[in-house]
Amino acid sequence: MDQHLLSIVLFTPLAGLLILLFIPKGSSNVIRLWANFVAFVGFLVSLPLVSRFDRSLSGFQMVERFDWIPSMGVQYAIGIDGISLLLIMLTTVMGFVAVLSSWSAVEERLKEYYAMFLLLQTGMIGVFMALDFFLFYVFWEIVLVPMYFIIGVWGGPRKLYAAIKFFLYTLAGSVLMLLGILTLYFEHFRQFGVYSFAIEDLMRLDLALGTQQWVFWAFFIGFAIKVPMFPFHTWLPDAHVEAPTAGSVILAAVLLKMGTYGFLRFSLPLLPQASIHGTIVQVLAVLSIIGIIYGALVSLMQQDWKKLIAYSSVSHLGFCTLGIFALNPNGIAGSIIQQINHGISTGMLFLIIGVIYERRHTREIAEYGGLAHVMPKYAIVFAIAMLSSAGLPLLNGFIGEFTILQGAFEASWTWAAFAVTGVILGAAYLLWLYQRTMLGQITNARNLHLPDLRPRELAVFLPLIAWAIWIGVYPKPYFDILERPVQQIVERVRPGYYQGVQASAPPIRSDGGAR
Amino acid sequence: MSEFYTTNDHFVLVPAIMLALFGCAILLFDFLLFPDPKDRKWLLGFFIGGLAFTGYGLWRQQAFLTANSLSEITALNGSVTMDGFGLFFNWIFIVASLIVAIVSYKYLDIEGEHHGEYYALILFAQCGMFFLATGTDLVTLFIGLELMALCFYVMVGFLRGEKRSNEAALKYLLLGAFSSGFLAYGFSLLYGLSGSTKLSAITAALAGRDPWDPIVFFAMATTSIGLLFKISAVPFHMWAPDAYEGAPTTVTAYLSVASKAASFALLLRLFLGPFESLRPTWEPLLVVIAIATMTVGNLAAISQTNIKRLLAYSSISHAGYMLLGLIAGNETGIKGIAVYVLVYAFMNLGAFSVVVALRRQDLIGEDIEDFAGLAHRSPGYALLMLVFLLSLAGIPPTAGFLGKYYIFLALMETGHYLLAVLATLYVAVAVYYYFRIVRSMFIGEQVAKAPLASSLGLRVALGVSGALTLAIGIYPEPFLRLAQTSILR
Repeated sequence: MDQHLLSIVLFTPLAGLLILLFIPKGSSNVIRLWANFVAFVGFLVSLPLVSRFDRSLSGFQMVERFDWIPSMGVQYAIGIDGISLLLIMLTTVMGFVAVLSSWSAVEERLKEYYAMFLLLQTGMIGVFMALDFFLFYVFWEIVLVPMYFIIGVWGGPRKLYAAIKFFLYTLAGSVLMLLGILTLYFEHFRQFGVYSFAIEDLMRLDLALGTQQWVFWAFFIGFAIKVPMFPFHTWLPDAHVEAPTAGSVILAAVLLKMGTYGFLRFSLPLLPQASIHGTIVQVLAVLSIIGIIYGALVSLMQQDWKKLIAYSSVSHLGFCTLGIFALNPNGIAGSIIQQINHGISTGMLFLIIGVIYERRHTREIAEYGGLAHVMPKYAIVFAIAMLSSAGLPLLNGFIGEFTILQGAFEASWTWAAFAVTGVILGAAYLLWLYQRTMLGQITNARNLHLPDLRPRELAVFLPLIAWAIWIGVYPKPYFDILERPVQQIVERVRPGYYQGVQASAPPIRSDGGAR
Repeated sequence: MSEFYTTNDHFVLVPAIMLALFGCAILLFDFLLFPDPKDRKWLLGFFIGGLAFTGYGLWRQQAFLTANSLSEITALNGSVTMDGFGLFFNWIFIVASLIVAIVSYKYLDIEGEHHGEYYALILFAQCGMFFLATGTDLVTLFIGLELMALCFYVMVGFLRGEKRSNEAALKYLLLGAFSSGFLAYGFSLLYGLSGSTKLSAITAALAGRDPWDPIVFFAMATTSIGLLFKISAVPFHMWAPDAYEGAPTTVTAYLSVASKAASFALLLRLFLGPFESLRPTWEPLLVVIAIATMTVGNLAAISQTNIKRLLAYSSISHAGYMLLGLIAGNETGIKGIAVYVLVYAFMNLGAFSVVVALRRQDLIGEDIEDFAGLAHRSPGYALLMLVFLLSLAGIPPTAGFLGKYYIFLALMETGHYLLAVLATLYVAVAVYYYFRIVRSMFIGEQVAKAPLASSLGLRVALGVSGALTLAIGIYPEPFLRLAQTSILR
């Protein structure tokens, strides 16, 4: 049992899906209960990962490995390090939250709906666990299909356009990424005489800088579209706006992280010389900064509540990629923390939109105003989510953004200067949104009798709020978990970095960001 | 047994003999024993029996090859060679024939053209394919090709009462004859160059010649044109959409899978044998043709409303992908073509079987709109169709991904980077048009309430192709080993 813990976490949703298929279509409540149960069990079985995880070890833990397609050198290899651990926990929590939040929001084709979510869940967990590039690619692609259906079947008015745009965009990126993967795979054959997709094997490759750069750009296309980085972000607003609430939650909270995770797990460790190459770092940083500022400016202009949050994702993910390409411990650790934070806060913000949309069926900001009078609990929850997203100290967003800015400053003070603008703009659009929707007098008569949060709805938010406060107040465990993997990445990209820092500058502790 | 027909010859030819015998027997029994239309099931039984005997013959050959660790058995003075390559393709032909026949059983009833000859024609066509996959002599190959093509001309026009079917048959016949002419001309030049019709002799003769020698080039070019017609590569693809649309759907399936596989077998025999030394001249040509084939196939498919035409264009684009394997030309590439042909057979037969299932007395069921709301009325069919379409598009974990995977890998290995980028980007285009069907099935409003007309044969065919499309995708190891045997020569 114990040595297959990861497989159990991975396949619990899939097993639940198979049983779900046998529940008759008509019994809606049984379907709902079962899906919620499976999602909750999916979360429960992932808890032992946290207790079994040994943060003092470097490398991958709980590794399971056996041959899958020997003639191609493909292994079923899964394992986790601190980065994947956090993202897997985010996935299982958000997966459960998304399923729970759909209880009354979705009425038609329930069985298919929950089936898609459970399939998505397995796909996403697989992406974060895979230690074999082929396996990773399979999971990466599996995710596309259920998300296509979630947007396309249960989405808004322009769902068809949004769904196929999402699918084609990400697919185009990932097939180019596949070419990069194949290059490494073939290089491994050339250098060692065997075909292998295993990450550890591919790390041993001795690649010319030119090859590394080409492969880097191939990976970049795949990952940058997923993140999405400017200028590949155009699918995101469409997908977010049209997707049903739970779809947006998963999309923002977990799916986008697959891109940043890809950079951390593959681009940096496998292509260290390309990752630190001047041009590439410049381009990535500039694109991140454009994303930060552009996303924030566009958010300021939005009339649609959901679109505003969608563009804010572009801005926040810009921080994450900027942190990664600061290429120092603070930047990278901050980036990972910020990925978790973004999952929590933006997930909450989408849930908040879902709550009001269920009541009023509109997302026009102008339709609202003064909601705090009729929905006080709702207003408090929204305030917490909004402040956590804006980066208020003592809430999670602050920790991530601050650490990233520290890292960015260490890399270049201009980057940090630009990125800080993004923080300010972020506070501006979020506070303004809050003011327009929640504060003041009720301007629209239809908002006079809106019911406040129901207990089930509140139950969706409470764990997320608790998590946000935990990270905000006591982030040390997170930094501890991340210390080893981040150190490994930095050592890999900048050999001797830690010695150099100790000699010339005050020592930087990877958990020092919050102070 | 005389010198002209030894036991060895017989051993190699048994599958072909079985196909021909059972074909003739079906023709005879059709009007002697079973004139009653209700007795068609016996003919189908006979057909399956014929395939079983053929399969047994192949199985014994395979066992013989493995037991004696031989790579090939030659027969008829080297005109026919049974090797891993030939066996591999013949297994595909058998499965394709079987699936097409059991799907046709009910379909032909609905079309009102259920005749015993149909089954005989499939067997005769397969007999031709046998020689296409095993022939090592120009005359044998040509006769095999013509035998197959003649059967197809008849089968495409099998719906005698239907104008479209007649038109398709005529068009296919004229262009097919035209292309055969090219091929025969090319063959005659090859004979003139080498003084022999044996591929081995031609290989030896061409190896010493300058590839840029005009007559050598001309022989290669005319032969290639004939072959490219058969695999419907652009610009020789004009017949395909019309023939595919007009032919009975089951025949379209057979045409797109078996005929294409057989033509590729011939193409590989020639390009990897006699023409291998001419690579400098044909490689650039094939690069252009492969790009054009993928481009036209994928772009034209986008605007189709008729699903058979859509699948026709998609099949053109698949031919383009397979050509890429030949362009790469290394072991991975050839293995890639073998894998591609294998997975293509199952996913395409499956997709066409779903189209067949939509055909009813009152509904032609060939428009994409006819698929609307299929997920509501027949979720099983919709789900299977989704699997087939994902596989055709090349999304893991379906079988289709594996075919594309090897092709891409081969291109990267041989340094055809731009081709690889182009080929991968067309995957996204392909998803666009395949997902028009998916969209219609799962998101579109239901148009018809009645569930699909299904038959046992259809369900078996769908089950088998669906299961294999997924199985090859999820656990490909045994199938890859099978494909590996086809290239060990």
